[in-house]
Amino acid sequence: MKRTVPLVITFIVGLVLIAAMFIPHWPFTGLDSKFSIFYDVIAVFAFILGGGNLLKVHLSRIQNRRRDWKYSIVTVSGFFLMLGAGLLKIGVPGGWTGDYQADGSLLKYLYDATFQPLQATMFSLLAFFVASASYRAFRAKTKEATILLLAAFVILLRPTPLGYYLTFWLPKPLQFLHIPNLSTWIMSVPNMAGQRAIMIGIALGIVSASLRLILGIERSYLGTEGKD
Amino acid sequence: MAEEEKLTIIERLGAVDRRYVFLLIAIAVIIPLVLHYATSIPTSEIVQSLFDKIESLPGGSRILISFDYGPSTVPENQPMANAVTRHALEKSHRIYLMALWPTGSRQSQQLIDEIIKVEFPDKVYGVDWIHLGYKAGNQGLINTLLSDFKGMYTTDMSGKPIDSFPMMKDIRTLRDFDLIIGLGSGFPGTKEWIQFAGDPGDIPVGGGTTAVMAPLLYPYYPKQMVGFMGGLQGAAEYEYALVKKYPKYAKRSRIASTTMGPQVTAHLVIVAFIILGNITYLLERRRKRKYR
Repeated sequence: MKRTVPLVITFIVGLVLIAAMFIPHWPFTGLDSKFSIFYDVIAVFAFILGGGNLLKVHLSRIQNRRRDWKYSIVTVSGFFLMLGAGLLKIGVPGGWTGDYQADGSLLKYLYDATFQPLQATMFSLLAFFVASASYRAFRAKTKEATILLLAAFVILLRPTPLGYYLTFWLPKPLQFLHIPNLSTWIMSVPNMAGQRAIMIGIALGIVSASLRLILGIERSYLGTEGKD
Repeated sequence: MAEEEKLTIIERLGAVDRRYVFLLIAIAVIIPLVLHYATSIPTSEIVQSLFDKIESLPGGSRILISFDYGPSTVPENQPMANAVTRHALEKSHRIYLMALWPTGSRQSQQLIDEIIKVEFPDKVYGVDWIHLGYKAGNQGLINTLLSDFKGMYTTDMSGKPIDSFPMMKDIRTLRDFDLIIGLGSGFPGTKEWIQFAGDPGDIPVGGGTTAVMAPLLYPYYPKQMVGFMGGLQGAAEYEYALVKKYPKYAKRSRIASTTMGPQVTAHLVIVAFIILGNITYLLERRRKRKYR
C-alpha cells in the first residue's frame, strides 16, 4: 500500500498533465498552473526541510566530535544568527511593521558585512585556480586538445587589446580570421551546434526518465526497495 | 652541461610552484584596479540586439527584470542591471523588479539605492518602477506567473497591497509585459525564463548571465531570445552601446568597462601561462623522445 498509492498518484498526475498540454479545454485548462501553485507551496516548505537537515547533519557532527566539528559550530551559529535577525526583525526601523531588510536592520548589516564579502571571496578564488589549471592541465597532447586550446585562446584574447592588434591588419578577404570575428564565429557556430546537441540529448533523457516515473518503472524516489 | 642546464630550466618551469601563479594573477588584477585602467569594447551583435529591443519599445512599456543571482556574481551581473535599468528609465519604460533567488532581492535593492534613487529621483515608486522582491518556486513560480501574476505577488516588497500601485492595475499575467530580462548566474535563471515564460507565453525574453554560462544560451538566440549579455564583457558592451546613444552616461555608466581592465590583464596572464605550459610540455616531450 505504501508503494502502490504514490505510484498510482504519479501515474494519474503525469498522464493528466501531459493531456493538459495538448487539450486547451475544460477540465484541463489551468491545471498546469494549479499544480504549479502546489509546487510553489511545497517549495516554501523545502526551506524548513533544508534548515532541519542542516541542523541534523551539523549538530550530530558536533555531538560526536567528528572531523572538523568546530566548523559546524560556526555554521550552526551563523544559521541561528541570520534566522533570528530576520525573524525577530532586530534593529528594523519601525519595529514589527518595518521591512526586515531595511537600512539599520541587523539582517542587512550581517548580509552586507559577512555574507556578501564571503561569497564574493569564494567566487573570486576561481581566477587563481583557473590560472593554475591553465598552466598545468591545458596542454596540446592530442588533436582534440589542440583544437580546444586554440578555441580557448581566441575566446580569452577576444576582449583584450592584444586580440585586436594581433590580427587587425589582415586583408579584407581574411577578416574572418580577425580574433573578434573568429571569437563570435566560435561562439555562434561550433559552440551553438555542440550546445544544441547536448540540449536535445538532455531533453530526450528527461522524456525517457519522466516516462519511467509515470509508468512506475523508476521507483527510487519512493525510498529503499521493500515489500508493501 | 648546456643540455643539463636546459633540462633543469624546463623542469623548473614545468613544476613551478602554484603560489607564483597565484601571485602573478593577483598582481595582474590589482595593478589595473589601482591605476583605474578601463577598456571599452565595441558592442557585439547579440548585445546590440538587446539594446535595440529596449530602444525600440514605445515609452511606458513594461519591462520585468528578474534578479536571479547572489553576491558571488555581483561584479558580472550588477553592471548589467545598472546599464539596462538606466536605459529603460531613460526611455521612460516602467520597470518591475523581482527575484527567483533569495539573494536576488538584495541585489535589486542595491540597484534601487545606487541607480534609481540617485540618478532618477523624479521617477515615482509604483508608477515608474516597483520592487516586488523574491518568491520561492523557481520555474514553478514562472509557470504560475504566466497565468496569474497577482495570485503570487499579492503585495510589493514592503508588504503594501499590489493593487494600490497604478503600474500594477493592468498586470494580470506575464503576457502583459513587453519584455522580460533575466539576469542570472545559474538555476533558475535566463534559461528558465525562456523555457517557461518566453516560449509558452510568446513574450520577448532577453538576459544577462555570467561568462561561464553564456555559451549555454547561444542556441536560444535570436528566435527564442532577443539578445543577451555574456559576463562582464557583455555588460561592458551594453555600456558602450548606451554611452554611444546617450553620451550623458559616459561618466556614470562605466563600471563594467572599468572592471574589464583587471579581467583583460588576467586573461593575458592566463594566455601567457598556457603558452609557457605548452612550450615546456613540447620541449619535455622532445627530450624524452630523444633519449628513448
